[in-house]
Amino acid sequence: MKIELLWWRGCPSTDEALALLREEVRAAGLDPASIEVRELSTDAEAQRERFVGSPTIRIDGRDVMPPGSEPVGLTCRVYRLRDGRVSPLPDRADVREALAGEGG
Amino acid sequence: MSTGTATMVGRRSPALELPDTDGAVRSLPAPGEAPATVVVWTCNHCPYALGWHDRIVAVARDYADRGVRVLAVNSNDADRYSADSPDAMRARVEAENWPMPYLHDESQETARAWNAQVTPHVYVLDDQRRIRYEGAPDADHMDPSLEGAWLRGAIDAVLEGRDPEPAATDPVGCSIKWKRVRRGASP
Repeated sequence: MKIELLWWRGCPSTDEALALLREEVRAAGLDPASIEVRELSTDAEAQRERFVGSPTIRIDGRDVMPPGSEPVGLTCRVYRLRDGRVSPLPDRADVREALAGEGG
Repeated sequence: MSTGTATMVGRRSPALELPDTDGAVRSLPAPGEAPATVVVWTCNHCPYALGWHDRIVAVARDYADRGVRVLAVNSNDADRYSADSPDAMRARVEAENWPMPYLHDESQETARAWNAQVTPHVYVLDDQRRIRYEGAPDADHMDPSLEGAWLRGAIDAVLEGRDPEPAATDPVGCSIKWKRVRRGASP
């Protein structure tokens, strides 16, 4: 399983996102050391990765929260938690389901 | 609670003269005109700015009858981030019935003068335009129950002639989206 965290330094959420992802990877019986953490720093990199904001977590290339029509760019990503709140991080349950292959 | 970010607290505020979403130029109240003024850098697509937004709106509504002015400023590069365009700003103000003007800092010179770094970045000024508080609205963008406690505490202190405690906290949010400097152009 390929687990990626893509981030941009303009957002302060990276450490929290990585901690959340490590916890869920460990809880899924996988090795947190296998997480690929990659910084994107140019518009060209954002375009190449179809990066819609930081942080972005992908499991086997699939976004844990598919972004729909969000524009590509170096920005902070806006997530909506299951309780309706806006958040800089994805809902933990969405990360868990993606790791379990339940993301649809 | 500040961890070393340069602060403007204690200084007289820089000038601020920017167009709102109707094109009217807004500026800070003249000295003595308002007992306190809040200036908050914000934007349309940052999860931190959005998370704190309702609390800032509530502050604007709750303190309006005491003469406190609130000005929201968006300095993001709208050419690269269309969510922060003047049209998008206007649409949001109208859809959400904002109680405060939303100002567009197209040149980004105002943000630089104020040393605004992120969205949201809050300043509280006294009636002489001296900056008395700078930082975040409260301690957690994810916890609405905090109700902008640092911001409210700073306003209350200014209204009562006290020094805010804390007077400075670290602003937390998305970096302001600065315009790219073209090669050969002055910065």
